[in-house]
Amino acid sequence: MKSGRSGAVSAGRHPLAIFNNPTFRGVFFQLVFVAGLGWIVWDLIQNTAHNLQRANIAAGYGFLERTAGFGIIQTMVSYSEASSYGRAVLVGLLNTLLVAGLGVVLATILGLIVGIARLSSNWLVAQIATAYVEIIRNIPLLLQLFFWYFAVLRSVPGMREKWTLFGVFHLNIGGLHAPRPVFGDGAIWILLAFPIALGIAVFVSHRGKQRFERTGRRPPLGWIYAGLFVLLPIAAFFLAGRPIALDMPQFSETGPLLKRGFKAGSGITVIPEFFGLLLALSIYTAAYIAEVVRGGIEAVNHGQTEAAYSIGLKRGQTLRLVVIPQALRVIIPPLSNQYLNLTKNSSLAVAVAYPDLVSVGGTVLNQTGQAVEMVSIWMLFYLGMSILTSLVMNYWNKRVALVER
Amino acid sequence: MKRFIASAVIGAALTAASVSAALAGTLDDVKAKGFVQCGVNPSLIGFGIADEKGEWSGIDVDFCRAVASAIFGDATKVKFSPLNAKERFTALQSKEVDLLSRNTTWTMSRDSSLGLMFAGVMYYDGQGFMVRKDLGISSALELSGATVCTQTGTTTELNLADYFRSHNMEYKVLAFEKNEEVLKAYEDKRCEAYTTDASGLYAERLKLTSPDDHMILPEIISKEPLGPAVRQGDDPWFTVVKWTLFALINAEELGLTKQNIDEKKTADSPEIKRFVGVEGDFGTGIGLTNDWAYKIVKNVGNYGEIFDANIGPSTKLGIARGLNNLWSKGGIQYAPPIR
Repeated sequence: MKSGRSGAVSAGRHPLAIFNNPTFRGVFFQLVFVAGLGWIVWDLIQNTAHNLQRANIAAGYGFLERTAGFGIIQTMVSYSEASSYGRAVLVGLLNTLLVAGLGVVLATILGLIVGIARLSSNWLVAQIATAYVEIIRNIPLLLQLFFWYFAVLRSVPGMREKWTLFGVFHLNIGGLHAPRPVFGDGAIWILLAFPIALGIAVFVSHRGKQRFERTGRRPPLGWIYAGLFVLLPIAAFFLAGRPIALDMPQFSETGPLLKRGFKAGSGITVIPEFFGLLLALSIYTAAYIAEVVRGGIEAVNHGQTEAAYSIGLKRGQTLRLVVIPQALRVIIPPLSNQYLNLTKNSSLAVAVAYPDLVSVGGTVLNQTGQAVEMVSIWMLFYLGMSILTSLVMNYWNKRVALVER
Repeated sequence: MKRFIASAVIGAALTAASVSAALAGTLDDVKAKGFVQCGVNPSLIGFGIADEKGEWSGIDVDFCRAVASAIFGDATKVKFSPLNAKERFTALQSKEVDLLSRNTTWTMSRDSSLGLMFAGVMYYDGQGFMVRKDLGISSALELSGATVCTQTGTTTELNLADYFRSHNMEYKVLAFEKNEEVLKAYEDKRCEAYTTDASGLYAERLKLTSPDDHMILPEIISKEPLGPAVRQGDDPWFTVVKWTLFALINAEELGLTKQNIDEKKTADSPEIKRFVGVEGDFGTGIGLTNDWAYKIVKNVGNYGEIFDANIGPSTKLGIARGLNNLWSKGGIQYAPPIR
């Protein structure tokens, strides 16, 4: 403060005296920094372009339109060998999103359970949870990935045999084979039933809250939601004339050896590479999330629990209504980190032949030699995913943050 | 990265200097640092593999030694960089290695858009399939509906797709990053067939628990000319690598071996005289000493010797010379003459 005042006073006397003004100095050095950074980035781009040109390596993103010519085992959008490299990259990108999205959900559920279990008053439960956390988070993820993929998933029957679950799901080394829904005319009504159910649910929730505030009684909202989301689509299914058929996986036990087993294209197949990666990612990340949850819960003053008990809340209610909402404030920021880690770790997929963005992109890179372009696509995707996750989590964080009144 | 930071710090004034330094040829660089940095396969028996003591062996490895012999007269002046299929081109482009000698297929796209130059063909190969004998098939044409394991980032994936598409057969491909994982998945019966270059199949089969339960199908579905590659735009270095390969093949044709080259050196044959550098000025013409070819054969042997020692019929791999025999003996290995 003192130097600022003297700077302002001396500003008129000496041409360089303006440098004694902290505001000016702050802005000046930030500008210098930005200019320097810009120059470095520009130099980097120029240098790369120059080197690529000198080494006769083609540059640009035009290669994305060329024919890929290789097969991919799991595709969520239509893809064939005749599709373009761009399409192949899209397939890999969606595969990454699938495994990361499901991984986040599974890891959160498992992490929450283990985290709460570590604080259980039951000695055995707490010890098992502790052992889980300590073992899982101290073994490198890649090893766990190989363990799940090569050791455990290999104990299932071979291609020509199967284990059948509930008569419709079949498991063998080729993956989990299930009936595939085939949508006919009118199937759109079933889809539309969900937003309608959501609309009604919002309305019911609003009225329920009002009634709770008026009478102090909680309407059984959970049951109402479940009913809405299950019954409405079922009703739509019958009203639209049952437009969904099931394509069952076909299994043949006779014929030449190679023809036995599940017929390609029948039913839906979830490949073991996907399961292996999903299992490894969720189980690994869950161990970290469990610690985040435990930390969050322990940060809530025990007085809160005692107070909740004293007004007659049950254990479950105490946890759900008093402890967890307060713990969330502590949990959310580190939880976001775990979500980001999981997404980025999914790039280990290539080790077990799951065609994620890095795996497919690696093939594209190798066939086209467009390393700079492909790496830039990877960077942009992971950066974009991370920023998106951060934004969503920050929004949630703001909503649960302590509001000072 | 280092270059970028350096250029950012030193500034524009010195950029010109650093560019001209980078333009100095690989041959001069190699001579200055005293060894050849050679990119090789990390684990392919007979082509490039290191034993427990870190001792490298294989025909691709021996080619690196031949290049070192030509330049330094010493086969040990090589440092090996094990590179997997995905890393190899970037490593060469970014000058991490001087030379890529790693069962790499010479294709047009690699010559045109990757900035590479292939120095010739070290081994004429083709892609094949390995299956379990108990599958009861005898031809790749019976593989319809099969799941096929392979390594990602190679020409193999493309040939596979082409072959199955042109024969209207269904297939599923599982592409792993490393040989070891491909083999493990194949051995665990996750896939019915393993595809890669036939030489690779013979090598990988040896690693299986019971190699005799597996067979390599007769169909060869592609041409895979495997050879050493260098960066484009460096003619002196390209010439040295190219002529090292030619010298190996010419030596076999002239009947020069590791053992007999010293006595043959004094022979009257003008061809041999030119080869060992007694006559003519061929070595200095490519920036080496005139006895460059003599030193290759003296240290490493000729092409046939390298073939026999690493992958030939007397080795575990037991690969017949076939196409890789000299043109004069029914094969297609042929080198321009030294004259």
